Amino acid sequence: MKFAVIVFPGSNCDIDMFHAIQDELGEEVEYVPHTADSLEGFDGILLPGGFSYGDYLRTGAIARFSKIMAEVVKASSVGVPILGVCNGFQILLEAGLLPGAMRKNRDLAFICKQTQLKVENNTTMFTTSYEKGETITLPIAHGEGNYYCDEETLSQLKENNQIAFTYHVDNPNGSLENIAGIVNENGNVLGMMPHPERAVDRLLGSEDGLKLFQSIVRNWRESYVVNA
Amino acid sequence: MYKVKVFITLRENVLDPQGTAVESALHSMAFEAVRDVRIGKYMELTIEKTDQNIDDAIKEMCERLLANTVIEDYRYEIEEVVAL
Repeated sequence: MKFAVIVFPGSNCDIDMFHAIQDELGEEVEYVPHTADSLEGFDGILLPGGFSYGDYLRTGAIARFSKIMAEVVKASSVGVPILGVCNGFQILLEAGLLPGAMRKNRDLAFICKQTQLKVENNTTMFTTSYEKGETITLPIAHGEGNYYCDEETLSQLKENNQIAFTYHVDNPNGSLENIAGIVNENGNVLGMMPHPERAVDRLLGSEDGLKLFQSIVRNWRESYVVNA
Repeated sequence: MYKVKVFITLRENVLDPQGTAVESALHSMAFEAVRDVRIGKYMELTIEKTDQNIDDAIKEMCERLLANTVIEDYRYEIEEVVAL
């Protein structure tokens, strides 16, 4: 499986993402600049964390208009797995690939620490290697992760089982319903504030993030073999 | 030329933690009468006259980029000015 790590001006988790895929997951990966106009040949797309365009105006608001995003939107419509982490999640929200918006953290502080998450849905292509209800540890590092959507959207998220991860016990940022990560209706786009790419080795304090990438590969291989 | 002033505020039902922090600072300055503070953004745009309807153009700018209508409201004022 060949992954693309999209690099925006101000991305700073792109190298972590690359390392996670190449060295820990053992799959192919390439950096793709925001100015590129094609994602052909890639089987999975990763939008890394950081501060794209300095977070000017709103987080993700400007990155969403970069050239490569038209290709990301196109790929999403044909079912390519797309993972947005932290700023990547914020960009997916601004691009309308996921519903809702981010507010500043409840306590206005930038929070950088390990968090406990609960796997709410282990049937998405990103979460099948986890148990349902499993508690995992992943780090967060953000100032705007306070997820919000209106009531109608929230009931749709619940109805379609689109809430993938929630904060367990302690909600660090005030997000609605403790939401930490959601998938789109088709299930091929996941946005999450915690960083699975920073938790792929015990040396990093947790290796709970690795299963997320393993899930993508396993599910992609299964559908590829079935369809081939 | 047009001078356009755009005001962006958090929607009423969206909590504004910055506003709340500023409100409590004002209270500690003994302005206890302050009941609510909402923090927003103010932008000034200078726009050339074209065939496109200026109202439609500003609305599209606000809806697609300047505001995130999931959490923000916008309003704007248009003033026609002589180009320098």
